[in-house]
Amino acid sequence: MADYKMHMLVCGGTGCRASESKKIRQNLDASIQANGLEDSVQVVETGCFGFCEKGPVVKILPDNTFYVQVRPEDADQIVAEHIVKGRQVKHLLYEDPTKQEVIADSKDMGFYKKQVRIALRNCGFIDPENIDEYISRDGYAALATCLGDMTPEQVIDTMKESGLRGRGGGGFPTGLKWQFTRNSVSEQKYVVCNADEGDPGAFMDRSILEGDPHSVLEAMAICGYAIGADTGLIYIRAEYPLAIDRLKVAIKQAREIGLLGNDIMGTGFNFDVELRYGAGAFVCGEETALIHSMEGLRGEPTFKPPFPAVEGYLKKPTNVNNVETLANVPVIINKGAEWFASIGTDKSKGTKVFALAGKINNVGLIEVPMGTTLREVIFDIGGGIKDGKKFKAVQTGGPSGGCLTEEHLDTPIDFDNLLSVGSMMGSGGMIVMDEDDCMVSVAKFYLEFTLDESCGKCTPCRIGNKRLYEILDKITQGKGTKEDLDRLRMLGNVIKDTSLCGLGQTSPNPILSTLDNFYDEYLAHVEDGRCPAGQCKALLQYKIIDDKCTGCTLCFRQCPVAAISGERKSPHFIDQSLCIKCGVCYEKCKFDAIEIV
Amino acid sequence: MSKIKLAEHVIETVQAICAQYNNEEGELINVLHGTQSKLGYLPAEVQELIAKELDMSVAKVYGVVTFYSFFTMTPMGKHPISICTGTACYVRGAEQVLEEFKRQLKLEVGKTTDDGKFSISCLRCVGACGLAPVVMVGEKVYGRVSPQQVRKIISEYQDGCPSHAE
Ligand SMILES: Cc1cc2nc3c(=O)[nH]c(=O)nc-3n(C[C@H](O)[C@H](O)[C@H](O)COP(=O)(O)O)c2cc1C
Ligand code: FES
Repeated sequence: MADYKMHMLVCGGTGCRASESKKIRQNLDASIQANGLEDSVQVVETGCFGFCEKGPVVKILPDNTFYVQVRPEDADQIVAEHIVKGRQVKHLLYEDPTKQEVIADSKDMGFYKKQVRIALRNCGFIDPENIDEYISRDGYAALATCLGDMTPEQVIDTMKESGLRGRGGGGFPTGLKWQFTRNSVSEQKYVVCNADEGDPGAFMDRSILEGDPHSVLEAMAICGYAIGADTGLIYIRAEYPLAIDRLKVAIKQAREIGLLGNDIMGTGFNFDVELRYGAGAFVCGEETALIHSMEGLRGEPTFKPPFPAVEGYLKKPTNVNNVETLANVPVIINKGAEWFASIGTDKSKGTKVFALAGKINNVGLIEVPMGTTLREVIFDIGGGIKDGKKFKAVQTGGPSGGCLTEEHLDTPIDFDNLLSVGSMMGSGGMIVMDEDDCMVSVAKFYLEFTLDESCGKCTPCRIGNKRLYEILDKITQGKGTKEDLDRLRMLGNVIKDTSLCGLGQTSPNPILSTLDNFYDEYLAHVEDGRCPAGQCKALLQYKIIDDKCTGCTLCFRQCPVAAISGERKSPHFIDQSLCIKCGVCYEKCKFDAIEIV
Repeated sequence: MSKIKLAEHVIETVQAICAQYNNEEGELINVLHGTQSKLGYLPAEVQELIAKELDMSVAKVYGVVTFYSFFTMTPMGKHPISICTGTACYVRGAEQVLEEFKRQLKLEVGKTTDDGKFSISCLRCVGACGLAPVVMVGEKVYGRVSPQQVRKIISEYQDGCPSHAE
């Protein structure tokens, strides 16, 4: 690379792009040129920094200054002050909300301190559309090592020794899977990268593909070498246009310099990668369904065995791995299995990426060593609960996982621990909820999702989930009974035991775990007709407290359906038959004169 | 089966897309992606044409189109409104925002207004969870949307607004 003295990194992930980060980059470029600095300062658009809450983010190297919530019009000031005069732009620095101190260096931020970045090592550091930047950070060195110095068996042994387990949710040992696919005898085999990422509210895989596409391509080539495949396929959601673009650029660049294609690095090894597009079906993340979808069929799962390692795409042996799993592979080859195995817990090695979201201060993308506790993730990295509210639950594992409570906060995160407390690792979605969230409604939300996404092939999942949903709906309408709670539990267990694929086998988990951990809340709904969190609309009424109402007419004017009546300076009245319970009056009232009962 | 009654240029477009994928049955999903991105939606007549081109049954094509939520058989509005109902947006109040859009436009999810201007759909996570709840109108992303802002967002796309005049 040219010897620039300074680099300005601008986040170009989906989240920051939505807040005009592209314009920021253009303005920075223009400003650098206007100051005649284009030879000493480089502006780079990178992948996601992870700190999405305060995006768009601009980071300046070498001093690591971290500017947050930057607007396009701030560009001139950053260049004039920081670059030209060497003075930080104070009002764009990050302020720690709990300690109320300004932190300039990203290394000092609570958000980054406890993170260890392996899969995300390049996200937010390099320009994903420039293969040279990837190469300058040891990119394609692992592939060279494998092709030059290792036999396929040695590669597989390294993966086994590292203890890497699948990050797509199942946690299956990656080395073992590669071994199985290698052992299947066939002239044609395939490496498939699962980038379907269906868990709503999770964006780990997308961020890796947007920020560091080459790490996945390199890993696929390594896998191809290990199992004896010459074709890789990436199954990616059509809803990820930016990731698709970056992958296309990456594949083209890798082909141009002979890192994909025929006779890679003169070793006689051939490998190339193609893209296949998903079309919005959660179940297609399941590997057999994914394979059918790639064949142009409806994405319905089929019974295993035969496993894809034996009979997969076009009936040929196929190795399916998740994006994040693959992103770990090159580092393991470069730094050794022992190094990787030294991170994490006894049975779960390495790190895990989580998409932290919900009622938390620092929404974003994080990567922590296995064994980090939920408390550290939510309070140290996540910065605690938004608006000073009380923590209520954390949901992991998406629609297949469960809701954990206060008492589980000190559980070290790994595959087995999360299972033993009734949730699961899943692919990495982590949604934090506060006291205002009704757990019955949350369970209903997940079930609505499953209902939408069930492919309909097997009866327990198609019909059973529908019945579960109806019962939950009844409870949120205040029409449930105590017997319904037993029915939920019984039916949920039957669906788990009898469904064809992982979708149905896990779909009742959000209900079962909330029944276990928040039984009182269910009881309040069915016995007292009360929603403690005040979320189930059918169970609440907005009322004006006569003593407190000053008759200011604010609520009267804000009500979207004219349900409020009353004279100026005398207490108002809400007509319950008209009220749609939107809560506007409650939010707007300056005198706390509206109560929810 | 109804007679294929598509405009000549539509037929040519679809045939070209099928040919680009060698009229192979296994490429059906790619063909559908290509067709929808050109035509905006996949009406029954187009599905019949694709079935003929790829030499497969219409039922199979229809089965695939209806299986995947990305494919649609009704045209979207000129300003398609998509409300993110992913989990992060849900816990930050996406449902109330959705209700407000439905109420203001008097429109159900998946439907288009009579004047063809707006349509409402839900999608799961656009990857901007830090901005939850998120609404997209066309390509434009609106973050931290509250029900009270809905009217203003819609008005940006109503006639008479100078910044959006054609
Ligand atoms: C309903 C369902 C949805 C799934 N969705 C995904 C997904 O979105 N991404 C993913 O990588 N794996 C998903 N999986 C897991 C895959 O079936 C498969 O185990 C995984 O891709 C294997 O890769 P890994 O061993 O690297 O984790 C899903 C499984 C089920 C049952
Ligand atoms: S859940 Fe809405 S953007 Fe992620």
